[in-house]
Amino acid sequence: MKSATIQMETLTCPSCLQKIEGALKDLDGVEKDTLKVLFNSSKVKLNFDEDKITLAEIEAAINRQGYKVLQSKVK
Amino acid sequence: MLRFILSKKNTIALICGILIATAFISRWTLANRDVFTWSLLVASLLGAAPIAIQAYQALRVKVVSIDVLVTLAVLGAFLIRNYEEAAIVTFLFLFGAYLEQRTLNQTRSAIRELTEMAPESALKLGENGAFQEVDVDEVAVGDILLVKTGAKVPVDGTVVSGEGYVNEASITGESVPVGKEKGSKVYAGTILDNGTIQIVADRVGEDTTFAKIIELVEEAQDPKSEAERFIDRFARYYTPAVLVISLIAWLFTRNVELAITILVLGCPGALVIGVPVSNVAGIGNGARQGVLLKGSEVITDLSRLDTIVFDKTGTLTEGNPSVAETKYYGADIEEVLGYLASVERESDHPLAGAVLEEIGETTFWPVENTEVIKGSGIVARVNGHRIAVGNVSLMEKEKVELTAEARADIARFAQSGNSLVLTAVDGQLKVLMGVRDRVRSGAKEVLQRLRKLGVKNLVMLSGDNQGTVERVSQELGLTEAHGNMLPEDKAEYIKGLVEKGRIVAFVGDGVNDSPALASANIGIAMGGGTDVAIETSDVVLMNSDFSRLPHALGLAKATARNMKQNIAIAVGVVLVLLTGLLFGDWVNMTVGMLVHEGSILAVILNGMRLLGYKLNNKNER
Repeated sequence: MKSATIQMETLTCPSCLQKIEGALKDLDGVEKDTLKVLFNSSKVKLNFDEDKITLAEIEAAINRQGYKVLQSKVK
Repeated sequence: MLRFILSKKNTIALICGILIATAFISRWTLANRDVFTWSLLVASLLGAAPIAIQAYQALRVKVVSIDVLVTLAVLGAFLIRNYEEAAIVTFLFLFGAYLEQRTLNQTRSAIRELTEMAPESALKLGENGAFQEVDVDEVAVGDILLVKTGAKVPVDGTVVSGEGYVNEASITGESVPVGKEKGSKVYAGTILDNGTIQIVADRVGEDTTFAKIIELVEEAQDPKSEAERFIDRFARYYTPAVLVISLIAWLFTRNVELAITILVLGCPGALVIGVPVSNVAGIGNGARQGVLLKGSEVITDLSRLDTIVFDKTGTLTEGNPSVAETKYYGADIEEVLGYLASVERESDHPLAGAVLEEIGETTFWPVENTEVIKGSGIVARVNGHRIAVGNVSLMEKEKVELTAEARADIARFAQSGNSLVLTAVDGQLKVLMGVRDRVRSGAKEVLQRLRKLGVKNLVMLSGDNQGTVERVSQELGLTEAHGNMLPEDKAEYIKGLVEKGRIVAFVGDGVNDSPALASANIGIAMGGGTDVAIETSDVVLMNSDFSRLPHALGLAKATARNMKQNIAIAVGVVLVLLTGLLFGDWVNMTVGMLVHEGSILAVILNGMRLLGYKLNNKNER
């Protein structure tokens, strides 16, 4: 299990949060309870299982919603 | 392709605007219907493209977003060939989004400025003995680093050589530089104003105090208060509900115009964004002033505060006892002070430190035959004299004769809350000192300001004896003061207040007050950047400066007020539009979108006012 902090471009629209949450919460390997989309700091924090999903795949899912990923940190 | 369109949203908005302008100019000056219609048609298709893409992306993850509502509305307008409204609505929506982004960035600026203070590189001592520039992530605990004038301290560390002045504003909010020399602690993110120092890294990366503050402030911007969670849930069901209502309206009236107007009116912009915007601006203001507020729930509680409970030592008082009053008897005092200092120098009693500090430079003598009498003091032989240092009971044991004058002094000193240190040389009383923990300068004014801000009860709890506590309480004008309290007693007492329905804040130094901090509604720690304080409390006064407390309270009140205003703006706007739709004919799709975007900007601008919030002196006096 790893925890990732993903910095995106500035979030502005109120439904951004719902969209990103919707895109990530059902991905296999993402721990749903740890998923947090922070509106003001425009960050996603989550824990994921590195055997099931890679960080690149998570980033791609965010990208598909039209949000640019600026920087990711994994511990 | 999709991403390309999205990334050019702002350009598209601009082109839409130009097309719409062309359309109207050609209509009024050339009376040309064709150019008018075609310009608007192109503008609405172009403008609708990014919105429709976003709508599609949202629907794919089962979210009915505002984009979905707007896309449907524009489609509807197309169906009834109302290109004018379709074009204007898409333009307003895109332009509004652009303005929102600009203004939101502004409200978030305070916190962003803070995060940008994070150091990026360090000068690390390499194996060849020279300093090399490395990324701050490559610094490990134990590395030796060089910090030059004007540079940021890269990690938390201890000075090993050199000296200088450091601006610690990023940690404490206090911009007066602090002197550092060998052995001093320095913190990541602070700036070396002058001098050059070498430090050894103690804590690196996410363990540094600065990283913890950033983490905390970033988290604090977002975790949700009850009100926000409600609005969140509300928004989730609200948009689909608007969709259904507009569908029903269309089924019953077959009026497409009405149905699409409802779609646009239903966009829940200001309501969703209003509270987070106030929150981020308020927390940002606090962070710049050395006041960390942990989230909107804390702000709400703090704004309703009616009781503040203070820990005495280190909070209302300075925390290190000092000699407050002195009286000398007889001659040769210089010599006596030398004897006294020599004896006290060998003691680790807390009062000894205060006495030594008071005497300052003096001649020290060798001390012989030292005898510590528990609970009374010390007897020793210095320069052939028998020296007794201690309390009144030691003097009695030593058969020191106390004159009527001395007895009166002793009674007076004791009454003002002093601990007494008497010094006798060969059975003669020479020096009487009253040691006490002094009240912090300015504490009284701070408490008065808190009262003016609506705090009704100011309570002090202390482990000290009731006499000392009473004296401090009278000096400061507190509502209540209780002495002889253990940490558990304090927690118990606060629980009692909370059960009575009071909103209680506890102010402590965060070191041994954890139970009390936890049992109060709000724990306020005066932590000079200590981990314990940052973790266990709800509010942290970063530079241990209790005079920031009124700012914290005033800011919380202003922020809470601001949130309510924003909710009122959002709800008010929806109500006015609905009434207009039901009982008038001035509400159409364009007006709806204009008001929708306008109300979003209104709440953002209102929130932005908090960035400049300062406690207004004239209000207090």
